[in-house]
Amino acid sequence: MLKTKYWPFVLKQIIRHRMRSLLTVGGVATAMFLFVTIQSMQNGVSVATEEKSGDTTLVVYRQDRFCPFTSRLPEYYMPKIKAIKGVQSVIPMRIVVNNCRASLDVVTFRGVPRDLFEGTIKKNAKFIDGNISDWKRRSDASILGKTLANRRGLRVGDQFDAAGITSYVAGIIDSKEPQDQNVAYVHLDFLQQQTDKKLGTVTQFNVKVDNAQDLKQIASEIDLLFETAEFPTSTRSEKAFVAQIAGDMIELIGFTKYLGWGCLIAVLVLVGNAIVLSVQDRIKEHAILQTLGFTGYLIGQLVVAEAVVLGILGGIFGAGAAIAILVWSQLSFTVDGLSIPIEANWQLLTIGLAVSFLLGLLAGIVPAIRASRRPIAGCFRAV
Amino acid sequence: MALIKCENLTMEYRKGDNVIRPLDDLTLDVDEGKFLALMGPSGSGKTTLLNLIAGIDCPTSGNLIIDNQNIAQLSRSKLAQWRSKHIGYVFQLYNLVPVLTAYENIELPLLLHNITRKERHERVSTALNLVGLSDRHDHFPRQLSGGQEQRVAIARAIVADPTIIVADEPTGDLDKSSAYAIMDLLKKLNQELGKTLIMVTHDAATAKYADLTLHLDKGKLVDEHEINEQTHNALTQAGREASC
Repeated sequence: MLKTKYWPFVLKQIIRHRMRSLLTVGGVATAMFLFVTIQSMQNGVSVATEEKSGDTTLVVYRQDRFCPFTSRLPEYYMPKIKAIKGVQSVIPMRIVVNNCRASLDVVTFRGVPRDLFEGTIKKNAKFIDGNISDWKRRSDASILGKTLANRRGLRVGDQFDAAGITSYVAGIIDSKEPQDQNVAYVHLDFLQQQTDKKLGTVTQFNVKVDNAQDLKQIASEIDLLFETAEFPTSTRSEKAFVAQIAGDMIELIGFTKYLGWGCLIAVLVLVGNAIVLSVQDRIKEHAILQTLGFTGYLIGQLVVAEAVVLGILGGIFGAGAAIAILVWSQLSFTVDGLSIPIEANWQLLTIGLAVSFLLGLLAGIVPAIRASRRPIAGCFRAV
Repeated sequence: MALIKCENLTMEYRKGDNVIRPLDDLTLDVDEGKFLALMGPSGSGKTTLLNLIAGIDCPTSGNLIIDNQNIAQLSRSKLAQWRSKHIGYVFQLYNLVPVLTAYENIELPLLLHNITRKERHERVSTALNLVGLSDRHDHFPRQLSGGQEQRVAIARAIVADPTIIVADEPTGDLDKSSAYAIMDLLKKLNQELGKTLIMVTHDAATAKYADLTLHLDKGKLVDEHEINEQTHNALTQAGREASC
């Protein structure tokens, strides 16, 4: 570890070689921005699709349908599902989106029955603003997830239009469930009338079971129950449902991790190149330091310290900017009414800084070894 | 008693099929407090000898005993530590670190010593006073004249209180008046602080500041002569007048 008294020397080298340092830090920052953004997307996929042992929600969808516009199930399935042993609650849900394609700004309406919604929302979410009574009182009222409200800049009392539906914002919630964060909950009958002009048809049923271990068995029982019906069903856990419906997008996001690794390699090469050039540029300076009595090891430490500081500075600016922008913009990918959040958090900054530190260290080691092994007399002859 | 003892010092290296021998079986003693000038044509081995004494190069054979320590046997890192304590080096082209101020350049060798920041400050200030550049402490090398840069380099060489100051053509890149000012300063360091000074020079007028001049040719000592105080004063005065 480099002693404290040498750090001012390292910092002066960085500050007073301003252009070189700015370019290196800028390069690292750009690459770290991309890396952190890609990591945020990967995190979002994990949050939305990774099943946990405690998950107790099933989604009943129309068999062989993968889009909310084509999945149509009769509302009267609800009591039949509810009668299955181990089912705690059933919420029929009508889903309408303003854009069927994959997009960063989709408004998803979820129509839910007035009396059933209150219990569910109390369990999973808390109100940031507004309340459930206002929502119950107005037939056109909606409760927005935090992500949607922030992205659209909506507050309680506002009215907004999407997918040909005008709704009044009665509350904003922050939920543990990623799918709740980016939707507008409205009354089921209101949404049915707005879109179908009639009642009785829903897109899916969200089924809560008593015991997480019974999830698969109950899913099979539901599908068996409607196997020969006019509208057969396909039931999966909520996370598996997201993973299947949004499969194409998840695959694309998965591919981006290679870009992330590419960014890291690019940073490594960039910082390594900058340090090699700076060491090459300072052969004479290192020879002077050796003449003064600096050991080769100490000179190597100075070179590595400089690379690490440049790496960390780039990490702070790049990762910090990425997280700030992603947190502020509250973006999430939505496809067929399902959200995959871009999950940027400050923990990712720590990871970004640790990665930058390691990159700086790795990039500095080879030039440091070269600088520390040069014979003094040879250095003076070389310049 | 001799501070520096060179015993059968030989330095050689290969260049293609040829063996180059810049220093050939040289034996020499230098007493403590002496001011020695090394002269000779290009390739005579004077800078090689200076670099060996400064511990920045290692002899192929022979012993180099300085202050009772054979530095020819020291490892690379031990030699670096030895240099930080015993050697102050003044280069022809000053060799200051361009991104550091005069103060910071002079402070550099002190970073290697276990002294407090306050003590470092005191020693740098003293060195700056000694070379007459107290008012230029925050100037970068590019903001100084050649003579001033060389004075900063001398301050850097003496700040850690080394046993020996070595100077490789310290006036080679300066005009005459700056050269005399630098030589006066080096002479003062030798006489007032009692520093042993070894200087390489091509210039006979500069060599007259030394107590002893050694002439080298083809890596061997070919001539030496002492200059007494009277001669020294007369010659240096004549030189100064000629430059005016």
